[in-house]
Amino acid sequence: MVKVSGTVVIDVERCKGCDLCTGACPVDVLALASRDVNNRGYHYAMMVMADACIGCAACATVCPDGCIEVYRVVEK
Amino acid sequence: MNHDDIIRQGAKVYSRPRLMDDRDMHYCPGCSHGVVHKLVSEIIDELGLEDSAIGIAPVGCAVFAYRYIDIDWIEAAHGRAPAVATAARRLNPDRMVFTYQGDGDLAAIGTAETIHAANRGENIVIIFINNGIYGMTGGQMAPTTLEGMKTATTPYGRRVDINGYPLNITPLLAELPGTCYVTRQSVHTAAAVRRCKSALKKAFQASMAGRGTSVVEIVSTCSSGWKMSPADANRWMEQHMFEAYPPGDLKNTVDVSEPETEMKDKRDSNDPK
Repeated sequence: MVKVSGTVVIDVERCKGCDLCTGACPVDVLALASRDVNNRGYHYAMMVMADACIGCAACATVCPDGCIEVYRVVEK
Repeated sequence: MNHDDIIRQGAKVYSRPRLMDDRDMHYCPGCSHGVVHKLVSEIIDELGLEDSAIGIAPVGCAVFAYRYIDIDWIEAAHGRAPAVATAARRLNPDRMVFTYQGDGDLAAIGTAETIHAANRGENIVIIFINNGIYGMTGGQMAPTTLEGMKTATTPYGRRVDINGYPLNITPLLAELPGTCYVTRQSVHTAAAVRRCKSALKKAFQASMAGRGTSVVEIVSTCSSGWKMSPADANRWMEQHMFEAYPPGDLKNTVDVSEPETEMKDKRDSNDPK
């Protein structure tokens, strides 16, 4: 069976913590940092269930600040 | 497979567009402007228009668009972007010229410029960000503000008997013979962003082909002005803004094939040398 694994790299300092990526993710990979903030004081987005990521890029597509890079591997 | 392996072995399927600068954008968290900026950057890159695109920035939040997308920009006086775009395109017929305007800019102070540029059939693209409010100046009522919507200047909601009806300007532009492609999109979900991207691409191509004026309205949110979280603003937009401003194509003469000669004549007559 073909397995698709993905991951994201988030530019934490650019993130404004708008929370749109977490809502867009179909597999609930992302969440905002509950305690930590970046240099500008925003609770940034981070991966909390990295294994579930399918690399669909929905998070990056809706990110208004272009903070997210998405990588995908298709394993046969 | 762990995080590092995927990055090492996998294909990068999404990253910030090449034409977008590293500068942090001044927009509020969750602002639709950022997504539209990304789309414009991506399409200009994909169509190879990096050296030929000229953007006309408005007055409003997007006044600093020239700081974020690495192409040529002109900053127009409030509402005058279509007039400036007319000059830029007529004097440089080989350049792709687009305006980027908000609802206060396009539908209030710039109504005359917008309607007349579209009526002349100028070969420009008008990108119209409609969030129903004057975001930059503090959330005052705009012409497109919905009935009953609370703003800084209508604290009890917009009243039709005092403030008039919401101005739905895009269908008016679709009536004009000068427009070739008029559509209304949104960028609140990944699917909507992809639809919006193909609409913008079609508009840019129509402009390059000299088919007339293209108008792409993007129904947007202003979470600061609406006083909601970005996610709530998206939901509110779906429930209320889409009722007054439903997404979809309003006019499309681009996909109808025209004989090559006729198209060439039209192009020549539209672009005075």
